[in-house]
Amino acid sequence: MAEKLFRAALREALDEEMERDEAIYLIGEDIGKFGGAYRVTDGLLDKYGEMRVVDAPIAEEVIVGCAIGSAMTGLRPVVELMTINFSLIAFDQIVQNAAKIRYMFGGEVGVPMVIRMPGGAGHQLSSQHSHSFEVLYGMIPGLIVLAPTTPEDAKGMLKTAIRDENPVMFLESMSLYNLRGEVPDGDYTVPIGKAAVRRQGSDLTIVAVSRQAVLAAVAAEKLEEEDVDAEVIDLRSIRPLDWDTITRSVRKTNRLLIVEEGWPTYGVGAEIAAGVQERCFDDLDAPILRLGGAEVPMPYNQSLEKAAIPSADDIVRRALKTIGRNGRGAA
Amino acid sequence: MSDVKMPKLSDTMEEGTVLEWKKQDGDEVKRGEVLAEIESDKASFEIEAEADGALHIVVEKGQAVPVGQQIATIGEGAGEAAPAKKAPAKPKAETKPKAEAEPEPEEQVSSPSGGGPPAGRGGEKTESDGEKASPLARRLARERGVDLASIKGSGPGGRIVKEDVLAAGEQPAAAEKPKPAPAARRPEQDVEIEEPTRMQATIARRMTQSKTTVPHFYVTVECQVDEAVKMRQQLKETVPGAERVTMTDMLMRACALALQRYPEVNASWVDGHFERKRRVSIGLAVPPEKGLGLLVPVVHDVDKKDLVALSIEARQVIERARAGRPSPGDLEGGTFSISNLGMYGVDEFNAIINPPEAGILAVGAIKDAPVVVDGQLKVGKVMRLTLSVDHRVYYGVTGAQFLGEVKRLVENPVSLVMPIAAE
Repeated sequence: MAEKLFRAALREALDEEMERDEAIYLIGEDIGKFGGAYRVTDGLLDKYGEMRVVDAPIAEEVIVGCAIGSAMTGLRPVVELMTINFSLIAFDQIVQNAAKIRYMFGGEVGVPMVIRMPGGAGHQLSSQHSHSFEVLYGMIPGLIVLAPTTPEDAKGMLKTAIRDENPVMFLESMSLYNLRGEVPDGDYTVPIGKAAVRRQGSDLTIVAVSRQAVLAAVAAEKLEEEDVDAEVIDLRSIRPLDWDTITRSVRKTNRLLIVEEGWPTYGVGAEIAAGVQERCFDDLDAPILRLGGAEVPMPYNQSLEKAAIPSADDIVRRALKTIGRNGRGAA
Repeated sequence: MSDVKMPKLSDTMEEGTVLEWKKQDGDEVKRGEVLAEIESDKASFEIEAEADGALHIVVEKGQAVPVGQQIATIGEGAGEAAPAKKAPAKPKAETKPKAEAEPEPEEQVSSPSGGGPPAGRGGEKTESDGEKASPLARRLARERGVDLASIKGSGPGGRIVKEDVLAAGEQPAAAEKPKPAPAARRPEQDVEIEEPTRMQATIARRMTQSKTTVPHFYVTVECQVDEAVKMRQQLKETVPGAERVTMTDMLMRACALALQRYPEVNASWVDGHFERKRRVSIGLAVPPEKGLGLLVPVVHDVDKKDLVALSIEARQVIERARAGRPSPGDLEGGTFSISNLGMYGVDEFNAIINPPEAGILAVGAIKDAPVVVDGQLKVGKVMRLTLSVDHRVYYGVTGAQFLGEVKRLVENPVSLVMPIAAE
């Protein structure tokens, strides 16, 4: 075990997997000579050469289309889109081809491919470059959608994604790249479709996705000062969802808050709230609440941007509302 | 027209109370004039007008409202001041007539366009259809044979929740025959009920939490402080900027050095783990300028500041906090605390730990007392220090060693004015 940065853990996964399987190659913008916009692929060109680390032109639909074709014919591409915002240009390839080819070819051909995409807000990248598109991909049958939040998961989940026979959308929150944490040495994998209980609690369940799961853990500490014992679940897998872990927790705490950075309308929270009330109606002691980003194009102004993204304090407030309390001191 | 909103005074402030309006509804106010006194959980402070115009008060005195909520408006002219709606008092669940129970207004995070009616109410008729109860409460009531109509809900909007049903289930007799409401318990004639300020309520809650959940033990030492008193006098007279160095400042420096030497003390017990703090930040217990209460302004990174610098900073932090105008960070992030009641003449006392810190030093008065020096009885200056320890975080030996180190430093005060070692 050693402490590593989130981005270094991702690089380690890529490196170890490429060493293990020659069919794996990387393709994306500036991933070779430049080492990746976020330095995740640093040094891999030197080690594996131009055939396996491909600097692509600025043409996302070409990159993803190329990856899909090569995956269908036996390779295992790992695509890096510079940010999730540019994936919209490749949306047709992802939705119409990557997600459907296994079905349309009667299961004879698959698309074992990973698309890595940094995303999320908080860096003053303004309205066009601050998206959280969990939902956009989470609604598509045929895709797997993952969002790790710890360096350990980053490595283990990327390995699982690379080894899966289906297209995996691998969402990396930009804000987490410099997160430091313990990463087990050598080979290990983290299963798809399993949420992680980050903190045990008895008063309410907070299910959070991507970076919000990190903030939810901070919020849980603050809630403890309010004598509220929150259970924090890091969703990790957006599609498929881990209903077992979520419902087990809600049956224990009887209350649920779902937190996401993206817009809440038709969001991750909406999906989980619907699923939980179906499964746990008689276990609920309070309405399920959601918290998400402000429903506006992300502002460039730093203060406005901050106000548009849920903070740990926002989570605390929303959690207290779930419990039926108004805030600090107001028992 | 400009809105006057409940300001955010500290990172932790979530709501505030208007203690007093300094202007009347309808008064013409000028930019910069004090409008009201606001109280948060930690301090009270004044807010000023940010525009000229007629004041229209929206939130009455004594009401607690969340940070950011409009509490008044300032209109362009006297006639324009009246806003469309007067915000109602924060709804009190108990007093809301249940017949009028309306769906709770959603907050901004849900769909902005979702103006439609709430989904149809469940069609299933139950014996208690008229009561607002959570699904879980309904199930429990069914299982336990509790009649929901006999229960008063404690949830938002009077909703009956799990705890209400469980409480009712424990006293089935009460459910059948509701007791005639006993004459509301009247306060004894010779007792006057006084509502605490938010700060006092917070202190009550946190101190109870500390004393009931943190296992305290105490260690006391007596220090001979002739040298320290002498050095303080020398500093006052000879070192520019050090004129106002206090014994508390010297103790703060001593504690910082001792905390560096015994990092186990600079820690917390959180969720079954030790949290070792990388920073050494010391809180100083002081009374607020107005009213009764307790504030703990914090001097951060004490280990990286020399005596004079931290003396100046401590004075500034204390002044800001006592005046009710703390800067961000002034009231949080402490890793250890000092409470000095020496100026009130106490010999020694035991302080209650300020969680999540794991230690607090209680300081008594400096007194002339007989001391034995080299086998000779002399008159010397002594001061008693009592350390309160969170026994989960460290133990008797460490507590004794830490306090012994503080004593050694205070008795050899030249160590307190040594320059800070470069990192």
